[in-house]
Amino acid sequence: MAKQVQQLDRVIIRFAGDSGDGMQLTGDRFTQESAAFGNDLATFPNFPAEIRAPQGTLPGVSSFQVHFADHDILTAGDAPDVLVAMNPAALKANLHDMKPGTAIIVDSHDFSPRNLIKAGYEDNPLEAEGHGSLAEDYNLSVLDLTGMTVEAVKEFGLSRKDAARAKNMFALGLLSWMYGRPTETTIDFLTARFAKVPDIRDANITAFKAGWNFGETTEAFVVSYEIKPAKMAPGTYRNISGNLALSYGLIAGGVQSGLPIFLGTYPITPASDVLHELSKHKRFGITTFQAEDEIAGIGAALGASFAGSLGITTTSGPGIALKSETIGLAVMTELPLLIIDVQRGGPSTGLPTKTEQADLLQAMFGRNGESPVPVIAPQSPGDCFDAAVEATRIAITYRTPVMLLSDGYLANGSEPWSIPDVASLPKIDPNFATETNKTVTAKDGTASEEYWPYIRDEETLARPWAIPGTPGLEHRIGGLEKGDGHGNISYDPANHDFMVRIRQAKVDRIADSLPPLEVDDPSGAAKVLVLGWGSTYGPIGAAARRVRKAGMDVAQVHLRHLNPFPKDLGEILKRYDAVMIPEMNLGQLSLLIRAKYLVDVVGYNQVNGMPLKAAELAEAITDLIAATHSIGTTGDVHAHEAGTTSNKETVK
Amino acid sequence: MTTQELPFPGLAGVPTKDEPQNRKEYTADQEVRWCPGCGDYAILAAVQGFLPDLGLRRENIVFVSGIGCSSRFPYYLDTYGMHSIHGRAPAIATGIATAREDINVWVVTGDGDALSIGGNHLIHAMRRNVNMTILLFNNRIYGLTKGQYSPTSEPGKITKSTPVGSVDHPFNPVSLALGAEASFVARTIDSDRKHLTAVLSAAAAHRGTSLVEIYQNCPIFNDGAFDAVKDSDTKTDAIIPLEHGQPIRFGGPIDDSEGALGRLGIARSSSGGVEVVAGNSPDVLIHDAHNPDPTTAFALSRLTDAGVLHQAPIGIFRSVERTTYDDGARQQVATATAGQDDSSAALAALINGKDTWTVL
Repeated sequence: MAKQVQQLDRVIIRFAGDSGDGMQLTGDRFTQESAAFGNDLATFPNFPAEIRAPQGTLPGVSSFQVHFADHDILTAGDAPDVLVAMNPAALKANLHDMKPGTAIIVDSHDFSPRNLIKAGYEDNPLEAEGHGSLAEDYNLSVLDLTGMTVEAVKEFGLSRKDAARAKNMFALGLLSWMYGRPTETTIDFLTARFAKVPDIRDANITAFKAGWNFGETTEAFVVSYEIKPAKMAPGTYRNISGNLALSYGLIAGGVQSGLPIFLGTYPITPASDVLHELSKHKRFGITTFQAEDEIAGIGAALGASFAGSLGITTTSGPGIALKSETIGLAVMTELPLLIIDVQRGGPSTGLPTKTEQADLLQAMFGRNGESPVPVIAPQSPGDCFDAAVEATRIAITYRTPVMLLSDGYLANGSEPWSIPDVASLPKIDPNFATETNKTVTAKDGTASEEYWPYIRDEETLARPWAIPGTPGLEHRIGGLEKGDGHGNISYDPANHDFMVRIRQAKVDRIADSLPPLEVDDPSGAAKVLVLGWGSTYGPIGAAARRVRKAGMDVAQVHLRHLNPFPKDLGEILKRYDAVMIPEMNLGQLSLLIRAKYLVDVVGYNQVNGMPLKAAELAEAITDLIAATHSIGTTGDVHAHEAGTTSNKETVK
Repeated sequence: MTTQELPFPGLAGVPTKDEPQNRKEYTADQEVRWCPGCGDYAILAAVQGFLPDLGLRRENIVFVSGIGCSSRFPYYLDTYGMHSIHGRAPAIATGIATAREDINVWVVTGDGDALSIGGNHLIHAMRRNVNMTILLFNNRIYGLTKGQYSPTSEPGKITKSTPVGSVDHPFNPVSLALGAEASFVARTIDSDRKHLTAVLSAAAAHRGTSLVEIYQNCPIFNDGAFDAVKDSDTKTDAIIPLEHGQPIRFGGPIDDSEGALGRLGIARSSSGGVEVVAGNSPDVLIHDAHNPDPTTAFALSRLTDAGVLHQAPIGIFRSVERTTYDDGARQQVATATAGQDDSSAALAALINGKDTWTVL
């Protein structure tokens, strides 16, 4: 039978199965195949906090969504076009995201009465007929993937259990056929991954090929699809996840500053990948210290900074809470320090494997006293690289701790990344102090040369950084208030007032070094601005495109720097009649923008552990545009007037 | 006391100075602000007097402290220093010691700082055996917060926070250190300058974490806490001097004449610990600080009771060689960086990875 090939511009596939079914690996391989093929793509892995939740249950379901296209895309997509469900729980847990007509490929093998009960099904949904059934509402394909896998690999003499484990590769093979993916990268990968266990290697490769061949020969699928490579800007690309890009950015910060990196950290989801990655690259002079707790992690990093290293600590929200006192010490001692917060759902232990942006105010204000810390955020997985280099620049140039706010969506998601030319990266000069900097005249008129650790650079207000081992510059620093200039303990009221203000002024000065914001307002006619930060960049961009496609105008600005804000932000905000701020929190950036610029922004807030959905956000933007137009000449929209939008989304 | 010849293994890698140095060079220009009569003065004087003898370059010495009266110490020494936050000095010092082989790292802490809020960092520093010397000033009281009981205060202690007596049980710092796998554990007394200096010297000589408990009198909030080991009437029967290779004898003269001290001795007890026996008993133990098995050292540490100090071994309980964390960590980095020079090329190779595609 002749197969048809249909052209598509984009497809969203979600692989779902039990935690032990290898869905993350399957998704990752499909992603690599798509990257090698030249599609643009974005991924969204979603997995439980439990390592192996009880098999076959809803909490144990792990999924991987990949969106690939022949044009540039910004998110992993709202609703999948294809769901691959490896067991009843995977079907049940994911069905609510599927729109009618979605292609659903189900492995029927595990639909036993026992597994159906575990997943909460009273009857087998695959056998239901008529109104409201899967068969009627969706494009359902029921296949015994496991059975076919076991049959395909029987020549290798594996136990039934081991043979069945290759079912994810069978599924991958089938989907690879269906979407015309190149197979070499996966075969190479399996060959390397299982080099030491030839039986398993051969079984996986065989299952993968069997899945492909099944697609080609079966009458169950008559159509395969073609998604042409995307037209992307010239350059060399690779697929990269946020945590990997972040790790590489930190290494680049070390190379560009010439400083040895000292990572002091404690394992925590979803930040541990950065520790794992940096610990592999000692060749760059990187020391990784797995401390006894979060506090020791940052303490050792700060000690290393004092000693002349690039001190880094990596964590998630609960770890930031523990590190707060030491961050304050870094503010007081004015030492460079990178604090990486890969945000997850909170408060407390919260949702360890889910994403959220609710640590912004903690990053800004989560310390005692007036304790300003620069805050920056990456906007996409690949952008984590640039954000890490920028954090390093600020920390070293201004002698300050810097908070970098990534999140679970960026950390685990991936996208094609245009690999930067190392020669184009900024050089970061640690500019260590080597000389005395103050002539002191005693009462008897004799002059002596001293080193004063708190004399400031006129331009940056940064203090000098003299590291131990530098003769003649011996000095003591600490958490007690410093006297201006000499840095000795001072309880003088006027001095404290001055030092509080100058520490703030130093952080504010960073804004002088920032480029103008990029305002994406293609028509120049937009009345509504959507302002975002962090990982909402993709959903906001995708939503803006939808709105524009529908014939409306909307502007987008995305903030890399959250403290200090870029100098032109206030002026840009005032150009628009209404400003919407979508965030995965209850309005933290909104609070800051309202406080600083007195602009009555409209929040769009979702705190469900998942990335924003572009279609829903587009609707909210459309509503706000309509509300803005209905106000007409007053030119000012208040939150309550767009209340249906903000309320609806706030209670999600 | 064991006295080692320079150069000390604990100071290997730290640059030295040929010209003699003096106490004045090590004295910072800051006014010392402890209470009159505080034991900290004696310790500061001993350290200022002792450091020049190490022959190190002053700029290669770092003192790190936490919070408490004793933690003001770094301000009074003209070396590099950090007065950090409560309990965290061992963590910060770990970063310094690991990042820089050429830095001689000291931690100054107290019983509250080290054993209460900072207990976790203290035990883990000792477990890792990071090359640093920790001076634990034990005055058995919270001084800077004006007189609450501490984790080394005796049961029943009446303080501002325990008006009817503390129901808390104290730590024995030496027992704790031995239990935390410390490779060097010693105890000394603020008022015994000679002993203090000898112990500091041995601690600096040791490669790894050296924990030195210093009995330190707080004249304001806990005056007389160490009278038993300080008063001339009682101290010969209270102090049990530990000297490697020597019988563990203490107490007054064997007979009423002015003969040698050592009426009492320490021997193994039937319960597996140690006990006080007659000084001339053939069972008196020969102190072995280098014994890899810490059991006897631990038993000796238990001679110090939790209440009034009727007896306290003084000296080096344990001094054994063990690989240090910082040497190990630096070795791994040194191996990985050996022969590598072009970091930019390596960075380019790293970020390119294996699976790339090019768009023209």
